[in-house]
Amino acid sequence: MRDTFVDTTTDLLAEDPRTALVLADISADAFAPAARRHPDRVLNVGIREQLMIGVAGGLALTGLRPVVHSYAPFLVERAYEQIKLDLDHQGVGAVLVSVGASYDRAAAGRTHLCPADVSLIDTLHGWTVRVPGHPAEVPALLRTAVDGDGSAYLRLSTLRNDVPHGGDGALVVVRDAGPGTPLLVAVGPTLDAALAAVADLPVTVAYTNRPRPFDTAGLRALAGEAVILVEPYLAGTSTRVLSAALADRPHRLLALGVGREDLRRYGTADDHTRWHGLDPAGVRRSVVGFLRPAPVG
Amino acid sequence: MTTTAATTATPPVDPLLERVRAGREFGPNVHSTLDVLQVLYDRILRITPTTVDDPDRDRFLLSKGHAVAGYWAVLAARGFIPADWLDDQGGPASRLGDHPDRLLVPGVEIGSGSLGHGLGLGVGTALGLRAQGLTDPRVYVLLGDAELDEGSNHEAIAYAGATGLASLTAIVVDNSSATHGWPGGIATRFTVNGWTAATVDGRDHDALHTALTGQDEHRPHVVVAVVESGE
Repeated sequence: MRDTFVDTTTDLLAEDPRTALVLADISADAFAPAARRHPDRVLNVGIREQLMIGVAGGLALTGLRPVVHSYAPFLVERAYEQIKLDLDHQGVGAVLVSVGASYDRAAAGRTHLCPADVSLIDTLHGWTVRVPGHPAEVPALLRTAVDGDGSAYLRLSTLRNDVPHGGDGALVVVRDAGPGTPLLVAVGPTLDAALAAVADLPVTVAYTNRPRPFDTAGLRALAGEAVILVEPYLAGTSTRVLSAALADRPHRLLALGVGREDLRRYGTADDHTRWHGLDPAGVRRSVVGFLRPAPVG
Repeated sequence: MTTTAATTATPPVDPLLERVRAGREFGPNVHSTLDVLQVLYDRILRITPTTVDDPDRDRFLLSKGHAVAGYWAVLAARGFIPADWLDDQGGPASRLGDHPDRLLVPGVEIGSGSLGHGLGLGVGTALGLRAQGLTDPRVYVLLGDAELDEGSNHEAIAYAGATGLASLTAIVVDNSSATHGWPGGIATRFTVNGWTAATVDGRDHDALHTALTGQDEHRPHVVVAVVESGE
């Protein structure tokens, strides 16, 4: 996904003189050709994340459209107040593009894990959040974000599904188990594991790579009594959105995602997927438990 | 580029500041900043109420957003905002808070209040202007000596110096309010990173004017305006 992002951003810099890119060393080598062609609009501030966002805010104040890129914890967590004040409070927007979340570089340990990024962005107003599940989804999502004026967060990962699923952010039904069946919504790269988990269960599976704004109309059209949400970031991040969307209906909601605990374990991203119960077996275990009829009496 | 503003008569600032004050006690930060603001708006900045959206205007970013009372008074004196706005500062219907909001007040370039944000925004503004071929506007950022405690400033100081961001001027009002001080002086924090610097009496309007026009064409410039502690 990062390569696709670099290629598309390099094209955007050439196509639109309004586009600018702000880096804090991460991926600077990959953008070196773009930096040579557009030295005034490809700006690497060094390992200075507060400045990175501040610069993006200043660029936007002059009418440019900044794309800001770094590793997820440094982009979102370290510079959160700059995102809140240097972008939102100034009334300007930027496109933030992260790599690494939630646990792509698991062996690097807690400092490089970032399951809370979407939750933090979700404390802000009016942001679009896009979580592609396949590299081929990235160019269209990035172009849509850069073409807009608002702020957007694009979350790139090494985790991916086997095939891309398009769409403009609306829920896409990937597997239809019929009316009234439980609905599972998988966000971004969680889809393949979710599909495998419920392969022999009567569960409808829908996909989105745009959790904000969440397609609540699509949710209301598809949801029956039981809704399962599988997200690749903190478990429960979208619970409030789904609960509000279904507030006028009796419903049950199971929200799966990454746990809050620092596991203090290394290994691979796949190991962490398993430890957080987001592999097919883990998702299946949770879904079966959730759908099991309550004991009578 | 700087030009001296036309010397047309403008209302005196002091009565307007009294109007903002409305009987309240002001902290020393208000008065320590007033002279710099007056010199900037009278003699340095190429901004008028009719050019607040002109891409070619100079930018003034008040980073120490709590120094707002004098700012409101100067903006009213120069016609950016109606003097009537001063009477209800901080009120439920007022556009003028204890910190400025750029979306509420004409002529205000940034919303500030949390310290350490203005210089980074100023660096970005200078870069954005340069990228669009706007070489005339200069970007001025006003900070306080205690505000320099915030590490974000030092990210901006180092980067602007290393890249020779020549259209940027930082003004540090030094009223010795930083808890641990700046041994060796404030200007050295900038000059060691490649800035030009001038340290002057923050009450002396001619000295401020000289310092504020003392930049070269290759490096960012800082003016340290020293005022007595407690002023």
